[in-house]
Amino acid sequence: MMAQATKEKSSYRAAFEVMQAEDARCLPAWLLRLRETAMERFEQVGFPTTDVEDWKYTNTGAITKGAFAPVAADARVELGADDVAAFLAPEASSRLVFVNGVYRAELSATENLPAGVVVADFATAFAGEHESVLRAYLARPSDPEVDGFNALNAAFLREGALVYLPKGAQVSAPIQLLFLSAPATQTAAVFPRVLVVAERESAATIIESYASTGESRSFTNAVVEVFVGENARVTHYKVQRESEAAFHIATTNAELERSGVYDLTTITLGAQLSRHGIGVKLAHEGAECWVDGLYLVGTGQHADTHSLIDHTSPHCTSHQLYKGILDGKSRAVFNGKVFVHKDAQKTDAQQSNKNLLLSNEARVDTKPQLEIYADDVKCAHGATVGQLEEEELFYLVSRGLHTDLARNLLTYGFAEELVEKIKIESIKRQLDEAILNRLHARLEV
Amino acid sequence: MLEIRDLHARVEGKDILRGVSLTVKRGEVHAIMGPNGSGKSTLAKVLAGHPSYEVTSGEVLFDGKNLLELEPDERAREGVFLAFQYPVEIPGVSNAQFLRLAYNEKRKHLGEEELDPLEFKDLLKERAQIVEMDAGLMSRSVNEGFSGGEKKRNEILQMAVLEPKLAVLDETDSGLDIDALRIVSEGVNKLRHADNAIVLVTHYQRLLNYIVPDYVHVLYKGRIVRSGGKELALALEEKGYDWIKDEAEESQPSAASA
Repeated sequence: MMAQATKEKSSYRAAFEVMQAEDARCLPAWLLRLRETAMERFEQVGFPTTDVEDWKYTNTGAITKGAFAPVAADARVELGADDVAAFLAPEASSRLVFVNGVYRAELSATENLPAGVVVADFATAFAGEHESVLRAYLARPSDPEVDGFNALNAAFLREGALVYLPKGAQVSAPIQLLFLSAPATQTAAVFPRVLVVAERESAATIIESYASTGESRSFTNAVVEVFVGENARVTHYKVQRESEAAFHIATTNAELERSGVYDLTTITLGAQLSRHGIGVKLAHEGAECWVDGLYLVGTGQHADTHSLIDHTSPHCTSHQLYKGILDGKSRAVFNGKVFVHKDAQKTDAQQSNKNLLLSNEARVDTKPQLEIYADDVKCAHGATVGQLEEEELFYLVSRGLHTDLARNLLTYGFAEELVEKIKIESIKRQLDEAILNRLHARLEV
Repeated sequence: MLEIRDLHARVEGKDILRGVSLTVKRGEVHAIMGPNGSGKSTLAKVLAGHPSYEVTSGEVLFDGKNLLELEPDERAREGVFLAFQYPVEIPGVSNAQFLRLAYNEKRKHLGEEELDPLEFKDLLKERAQIVEMDAGLMSRSVNEGFSGGEKKRNEILQMAVLEPKLAVLDETDSGLDIDALRIVSEGVNKLRHADNAIVLVTHYQRLLNYIVPDYVHVLYKGRIVRSGGKELALALEEKGYDWIKDEAEESQPSAASA
């Protein structure tokens, strides 16, 4: 066990040294140092095991043992616009496309943006006038407790996406960041990094998508950071529909300034193992966030969501609704903590996790938690795990609906609240199909 | 059309129907009356195929087919409809979506073209007039937040859309005020014709002032103890159920002493 872990760590070290040498001339020194520190951190802590409380239900052994090749330079695959079209949100007029972790300018579009708005891959950004933005945000002192996955992402920080909204910028069309996994000679480990900086009074919608072009057994380890300035508004969709052989580990951290609004909706359909860690810090008065999501998994899939909504300032509002649909032999974990600090008076925090089990073999572990140190707050939380209601099912079949269709329709009804929240038609349609076409019955809305 | 022969059924291990026999022909309206707990709703649920109700013996023929061998959805597509006493709320599923799916399932079964959402919308609008249903309710979740009267009207609207051969209306009058009762009854009367049949399950006679039955049957302790014309319902209204109970006890010695 120990020997295995050590070997895995050293294989990352070897790839790391190669990358550092390659980048020594073209990337800024602060970044190389940051990566070195992160690599050391990773070597110190390794991948988390189920002995760690936060990873109790999610065993990452398959990632530790799986021979993934980091920075798969030779995993560059031939993909044309036609191959990628199915994964694009037509509503987005600007997009960055990454294939197996490598930025593909020819598949991307960054021209349709208001003045001053930057949507760029890191290599372009490092070489340009926004290097200072990257430096200011990426090189901040990181959490000393950062876990192995986050450390490894920072160690391999090379490719990534910068979205920068200057003061007052309003981007009406969504911006899509697409991370595609495609079958390659080596099973790739990719480390996407996204930095969104929304200066005061700016607004934009980001669609962060993860998908696979085939049944590739890839390992994605992504870190996304969002800074929402005063009175700024960031609407963020994260749609994960990687192959059912994939491993997907992601972290989303957001920090909100005074009266900033952050609206996150996550959709988890793919991967054999997925884990999404979310941290939202309501750092100044009047900030408001929505942290909503839907996970829909079937046999062989495991989806884990861990979130921390951190109320550090007074008069902030947070809303969280997570729904899970589990079919076949699948498993989900929801662990949501709302932390209200002593000074965060007048906090309004609502949290709810609801799960629908469509089979007797599905299992969910849900743990909503409230930790409150202020005395004048309005907080509520709850979790449910249930099955389809027999009386509702009978009502539908008594009108002539086949049982599978009736089950799908009730499942759709369970998810509807979240589906309706989605304002991007193409995402909504994908989700409709994913729900309604389960259990072999086809049905259009 | 419907022939029930010596039907016995139980729910949660308790025998409720103890030998019901009833024949319903095309174009007829039958009322099943009886005191609470006599088995009226059980009969309705058994005909629709509710999984909690177990048929222990007897048979039910529907247009010559063995109804009891069909799944509930097959029965519905064959033309059996149950208007629920307590219509179920289905959050997140719109009335229009649900009704179109049900309607199209039936069309497919009959080998007819399915209707697309726009075509169906027109049909739904037309049928909604039968029960004076507000079109705004069609885009809302099935029965969610509906008043008691709206729920019952929605049941009759479903009947109007699905055009069953046999409609079993389970206590459709319960919980309705006089105006709603009139609307629902008029709706049912508009749907009544020579090719279909209606079985009204009701505790009270007042529904029968509006929907006039051809036959009235009194169910007591799981058996039909008396049948007659519409005047039987009036007699029950006047005299209550006690005389029927007494009469039934006399002619049928209790099971314990048998």
